[in-house]
Amino acid sequence: MAERLTKSAARNIFYGGSIFFLVVFTLLTIHSHYYIKNVSTDESTLTEAVARGKHVWERHSCINCHTLLGEGAYFAPELGNVWVRYGGRDNAEGARMGLKAWMRAQPTGVEGRRQMPQFNLTEQELDDLIDFLEWTSRIDTLGWPPNDAG
Amino acid sequence: MKYQTQKLAYPYFAAALILFLVQVLAGVLAGSIYVFPNFLSDTVPFHIIRMIHTNALLVWLLLGYFGASYFLIPEESEREIHSPTLAWLQLGIFVFAALAAVVSYLFGVHEGREFLEQPFWVKILMVISLLLFIYNVTMTVLKGRKTVVTIVLLMGLWGAVLFFMFAFYNPDNLALDKLYWWWVVHVWVEGVWELIMAAMLAFLLIKMTGVDREIVEKWLYVIVGFSLFSGLLGTGHHYYWIGTPEYWHWIGAVFSVLEVVPFFAMVVWAFYLVYRSGRDHPNKAAMLWSLGCPIMAFFGAGVLGLMHSFPSINYYTHGTQLTAAHGHLAFYGAYVMLNLAFFTYALPALRGLQPFNQILNMWSFWLMTGSMVFMTISLAFAGVIQTHLQRVLAMGFMEIQSQVDLFYWFRLGSGVFFLLGALLFIYATLGPVREQVAVQSGAK
Repeated sequence: MAERLTKSAARNIFYGGSIFFLVVFTLLTIHSHYYIKNVSTDESTLTEAVARGKHVWERHSCINCHTLLGEGAYFAPELGNVWVRYGGRDNAEGARMGLKAWMRAQPTGVEGRRQMPQFNLTEQELDDLIDFLEWTSRIDTLGWPPNDAG
Repeated sequence: MKYQTQKLAYPYFAAALILFLVQVLAGVLAGSIYVFPNFLSDTVPFHIIRMIHTNALLVWLLLGYFGASYFLIPEESEREIHSPTLAWLQLGIFVFAALAAVVSYLFGVHEGREFLEQPFWVKILMVISLLLFIYNVTMTVLKGRKTVVTIVLLMGLWGAVLFFMFAFYNPDNLALDKLYWWWVVHVWVEGVWELIMAAMLAFLLIKMTGVDREIVEKWLYVIVGFSLFSGLLGTGHHYYWIGTPEYWHWIGAVFSVLEVVPFFAMVVWAFYLVYRSGRDHPNKAAMLWSLGCPIMAFFGAGVLGLMHSFPSINYYTHGTQLTAAHGHLAFYGAYVMLNLAFFTYALPALRGLQPFNQILNMWSFWLMTGSMVFMTISLAFAGVIQTHLQRVLAMGFMEIQSQVDLFYWFRLGSGVFFLLGALLFIYATLGPVREQVAVQSGAK
């Protein structure tokens, strides 16, 4: 074994292979970048409000309790499809009102139930955040999650 | 210890261990909230505690790598560190940035991408510190003897700095955001950090087994080759359901299988070298950690990761407690144990002592490793049940959580034992030296 693979051969395989795979990874990422912009997400509806909503999402670090498209903490429900779960596809106004009412009612204070803090979002921030969640629910995730439970 | 500047490692290791304690304490608090949901909910909500838990982990691991670099590079390069002053400055900036981040989190000031929550100015301070570090160690390596260990270590460290730059790119399009977020998160832990891990392990094995450097280094190249070949495209297993193209499904599956190879190779490598040397190194605790690290990394990062990396399985398990189970054992096995192995090896020299408090240290090994395995199994059970109820039967999230409560109790229990193990480790390594246990003759 020691004769067949010399140290310099091992080194060359390491450098050559790493560069090769880094190039492939970069090219596929570039392709995925354009695929996301043109196919799987709807950039034409990525409005100012959706972008502001993403910042509301980030400012309060929602990701450290919830998951979004399956990524995040696993302490609170998935929100990538919360718009769908609230029936937003059929009744947009109802879903919006429902989500707002839910966030305004936190924390529930119920003993033994996980508590969501009260973030005191303004009407504008609530609308932006919901726009962001609505936009997110339309990303083509190849059929994930399997059902509305998220 | 041949070189004066190796002593720079000592304050780094001490700072790392303090932040390790912060991380574990935050973990125990977070685990407590799982079973007492109203605990701290008004003062320090769960999301803040989790942020501290994950960020403190990343920061103390980095401090460990910095310290280990300052310890091993002089010996490998056969010269002193380029600038000890810069090393102290770097430590000051980094620790200040870490503490500032923790304080700002407690006041609710943070950014909002997972693991990258550090406020912008803290990120800038971290980059300054990283650049000071990379300059300092690169200069040292360039001027001295170049070994495969230092070259691989430098590549890992440079990679960590370069890929961190993606942390500054945050597009409004969520799917794009996620695409590049993984260029930091995945490429760090399943790519360039594996280079750092393999290099540090190689150094420990060369020193402790005394096996010919040529053999260790050749296999080091093979292992890190497999790490990068598999790790880069292995990012594909994060690109299944976030708006990325479907070809990532088979790329992710194939390269996830390959990602197990370097971890298994590290197990074989470490055990083969120890077997071959036949030498009985007096620092038995360091040897225990050095052999335990690749084994637990293989199971935690390799096997448990692979088990839910196939798209057909991941479709159901994605974002459940299974991910948490895998994450805990993977980080513990690969990177926590690696650092603790290195600290255990280096601290006797740094403190000017023969290997000390070996029995206590080995107790901490079994306490921490045992409780982390228990925690992983508990979370895996919770995850499997959650997967079935939520993804197959479409039951609501909150309802399921109350059904798996028992496993969260198990997790909290194992977390408390882990905390005891961590305290014991810190006491054994930084605390007073107990009476020397006579080393058996022949162990030199």
